[in-house]
Amino acid sequence: MQNKQHLYNLLLHLADNDLILGQRLSEWCGHGPALEQDIALSNIALDLIGQAEMWFQYAQSLGINDKNQDQLAFARNEWEYKNVLLVEYPNTDFGYTIVRQFFYDIFHKLILTELKESADTQIAAIAAKSIKEVDYHLKFSSEWLIRLGDGTELSHQKIQTAVNELCDFANELFLPTESESIMAKAGIGYELEPLRSVWIDEVQNILKIATIDAPDKEGHQKGGKNGIHSEYFGHLLSEMQFLQRAYPNLSW
Amino acid sequence: MNKAEWPLWEVFIRSKNGLSHKHVGSLHAPDSEIALENARDVYTRRNEGPSIWVVESKNIFATDPADNDMLFETAKNKIYRHPSFYDIPKEVKNI
Repeated sequence: MQNKQHLYNLLLHLADNDLILGQRLSEWCGHGPALEQDIALSNIALDLIGQAEMWFQYAQSLGINDKNQDQLAFARNEWEYKNVLLVEYPNTDFGYTIVRQFFYDIFHKLILTELKESADTQIAAIAAKSIKEVDYHLKFSSEWLIRLGDGTELSHQKIQTAVNELCDFANELFLPTESESIMAKAGIGYELEPLRSVWIDEVQNILKIATIDAPDKEGHQKGGKNGIHSEYFGHLLSEMQFLQRAYPNLSW
Repeated sequence: MNKAEWPLWEVFIRSKNGLSHKHVGSLHAPDSEIALENARDVYTRRNEGPSIWVVESKNIFATDPADNDMLFETAKNKIYRHPSFYDIPKEVKNI
């Protein structure tokens, strides 16, 4: 495989993480626990979908195939999406949504910080633009994690349950694909392994403030990065893709 | 956390540096930090400005409309207090 194909794979992986989490968050629109949080979650969803769009645009511009950015976002099959399993996990409740967001935000910020220094100037520019938004996402999710974890008995229990469940999906964040490894060596991507301990430290710092126990287990859920998704994913796609499947190339 | 227990906050936004903060609306939040985040999310989505103040509504004290005659009516016939007898140079903005 040529480097260009690996670059393309990396860009799709970055785009898919943002797109799928953005889709999940937008399911909250109109259902948020309070109007203010409803708008906040929709804002974050829009930020992520906007970032996905930038990655898709760049991927499209490589000219690997004739798929445009809309087709990349809305007309691929399940196994062609390369997002991590964490971001497709169902919203479940506000606690799960906040924990999922918090886990992803810390990870997202770490890789964008690496990508800001990428030898590929386009990637560096997109990362520099995105990281300001992600700083806010992380502030939002950590503030809520702390308040709910260190809140009432019920909110504490709900956050602890979500942390115990979702930490199963953390390990996959740091398992590099072939394309990620090759792009890292080329100075374009990021090395995942060194980020793992940084991620664990940062997560544990906030969990401690939130009076939540950090589960001591190695997450075993993986597959999304290679296109092997959870049973929830097909349902997510059917909703997200419906319009483009029913009316191909429809635009505003 | 029950939303009914969240206090009400008044939101003030400075539309640009040099101008004063203006009241733009209110929202519910459990504390000042979240109130600022909520204000950012609800009231600054369209570039409304670079600075936000939030004040818990219970800390704002208002005049009683029943006192309006006593407080405000008396100023109305004192037109000489208004700076409307001066020509304002075109260059002066924001008055």
